[in-house]
Amino acid sequence: MSLTVETRATIGLPDAEPLRLIEETGTVVAPKLRRGIDLPGADTLLELYRRMVIARRWDTQVTALTRQGRLSTYPSARGQEAGEIGTVLAMEAADWLFPTYRDSIAVMTRGVPTEQILSGFRGDWHCGWDPQEHRTAPQATPLATQALHAVGLATAARLKGDPIAVATFIGDGATSEGDAHEAFNFAGVWRAPIVFVIQNNQFAISVPLSKQTHSRMLADRAVGYGIPGFHVDGNDVAAVYAVVSAALARARTGDGPTIIECLTYRVEPHTNSDDPSRYRDSSDVELWRKRDPIERLARYLESEGMLGDELRRSFVQEAEDAATAMRDTLNAEPALDPLELFDHVYNVERPALREQRDALAGELDENGSARS
Amino acid sequence: MATATAATADTTAPAPTTGTATLTLAKSITAGLRRAMQDDEKVILLGEDIGKLGGVFRVTDGLQAEFGTDRVMDTPLAESGIIGMAVGLAMRGYRPVAEIQFDGFIYPGFDQIVAQVAKLHYRSRGAVRMPITIRVPFGGGIGSVEHHSESPEAYFAHTAGLRVVSCSNPQDAYGMLQQAIASDDPVMFFEPKRRYWSKGEVDFGAADVLPLGRARVVSTGSDVTLVAYGPLVATAKDAVSAAADDGVSIELIDLRSISPIDFEAIEASVRKTGRLVVTHEAAQSVGIGAEVAASITERCFNWLEAAPERVTGFDTPYPPAALEEHFLPDLDRLLDAVDRVLGRPNSLSDWEG
Repeated sequence: MSLTVETRATIGLPDAEPLRLIEETGTVVAPKLRRGIDLPGADTLLELYRRMVIARRWDTQVTALTRQGRLSTYPSARGQEAGEIGTVLAMEAADWLFPTYRDSIAVMTRGVPTEQILSGFRGDWHCGWDPQEHRTAPQATPLATQALHAVGLATAARLKGDPIAVATFIGDGATSEGDAHEAFNFAGVWRAPIVFVIQNNQFAISVPLSKQTHSRMLADRAVGYGIPGFHVDGNDVAAVYAVVSAALARARTGDGPTIIECLTYRVEPHTNSDDPSRYRDSSDVELWRKRDPIERLARYLESEGMLGDELRRSFVQEAEDAATAMRDTLNAEPALDPLELFDHVYNVERPALREQRDALAGELDENGSARS
Repeated sequence: MATATAATADTTAPAPTTGTATLTLAKSITAGLRRAMQDDEKVILLGEDIGKLGGVFRVTDGLQAEFGTDRVMDTPLAESGIIGMAVGLAMRGYRPVAEIQFDGFIYPGFDQIVAQVAKLHYRSRGAVRMPITIRVPFGGGIGSVEHHSESPEAYFAHTAGLRVVSCSNPQDAYGMLQQAIASDDPVMFFEPKRRYWSKGEVDFGAADVLPLGRARVVSTGSDVTLVAYGPLVATAKDAVSAAADDGVSIELIDLRSISPIDFEAIEASVRKTGRLVVTHEAAQSVGIGAEVAASITERCFNWLEAAPERVTGFDTPYPPAALEEHFLPDLDRLLDAVDRVLGRPNSLSDWEG
């Protein structure tokens, strides 16, 4: 399957109506409204469902542990699983992902171990995994900065003749950053093999999308860069998976970047320390909770006879086991070495840092807690 | 790249690895870039107008023709984009050399430099290296308009994770640039733009190259230690000669590396002279001179015969070109500071604080 993409001269504004393949009711959208995009196969849909169930349970568990004070903060992605999981499952292992702080479940689905993902939110180390090993960059906190890194890595792949693609998540608020513009523009000019997935959850902490942009929608930005843009129902994992897959395929074959806006909603507070009652109506939240991406896919799978009680229970059990394992993992206090705070500043030792390290080591000696 | 042009290296001689030549400082940087690119195909250049034009100072002149548009990339006009792209390229094994066109244009890239380039190695516990060199023509004295004469090096020296260096002569420009490119840590490479046209001999095969972090004793002396870097090393040399005519022996140290600072070298000198003068074009407050003066005072308090002196730009924005001669440290101000640390009659002799 491939996306129908016009040439640069004829790239127009995306359709305002977000592309969806499965309606909220669980029925499949009529072929003529699918704009040439096919529904992913049964195995893929089941895997998307399974991974979303695991991610939801994982996210819920992390939120609970944060409330218990085990983590200093956690930005939940509840309700946004379709964009997160749909994107990651569309990627190959060799592709690179550049996530933000809200994309922990995407990082988890990439295969990064739990304790490494939560290292930053627990305060053990800023990024707990090896980005090269997992081809997953550290979660960006200054937003849109990672989009430029993603374009740089994609350009490197292009220069080397590496047949890989890069995906990066950008929030709706982050599209206001200058780096987002520069990333879109550089990607367009250099035909970088990259897919920008805008997770439009309609809030940047408290500020709604209407205060971020006067654009009709964020996908409209694409036309100004000569890049194809797509507006996708971000709670329809089938649509996200299909469009991101096709965009990644375009990228790998040298057809350049794509901007995909996934329309979704942040049903949870920004983080555990946020108070959404100050800036939004809970009835809106309830409306979006009913548009749950997991339940939507479940309705479709059940109606097709692909998801029975037994299979559903097994997925729930798998998610439960993963959550239990994660809780147990986090129960173990990491052994942190205070002197490591000097270890990774430079590759080459410098005298002033060595002196400061020695001073700290001396303090630790006095306290009887030095490392040898 | 879809529109990449092939290099025409078969028409070009290899960069020299032996022998000497008299080059301007700008051309010695060109030679250093060329040598680094020939030695390591992972070295790529990116910046504004660096391709066909060869850069506004012509430092990259001829390199795109030699190495192709994939290795000498004209970027869109966006400094954050240039630096952010370099980060991604470095993550995939390249050694990007980014050119910032003028000192005063580096600020849009500041966030990417201090929050990303400087910190990714630390953030990732050493898993991600940032072998990026950021070349910045800096300093005043060329009669330019606003934003083209600044000395922003202290911002970067204050940032853990960056190396900050400045060359003062063609030989160092040639050698230090190659060392910077070979460094696995990111390097801010400040080029003294008013000395771009100063000529000097470059030994392409120089074997006794100082490590990048080491200062150089330019001339030995016994009365006063004078520390300078970048464009003011030439001014300081004039001060050494003028003072010698007056019977004062100055030991001149070219700092070369601003982060880290080679305190060992300054310390050894001050223990001999007992007097310290530091100079830079950048503003005085919270500057490199303050760091040198404080650190040397800590280390050499009992050897100091006088309080360290700073001769710097004023704590003002860089002035219009017509007034820059009043702003820039010059020979007279250096000699005056030398007199002050020697307790000789000077411009502050009648000053009552």
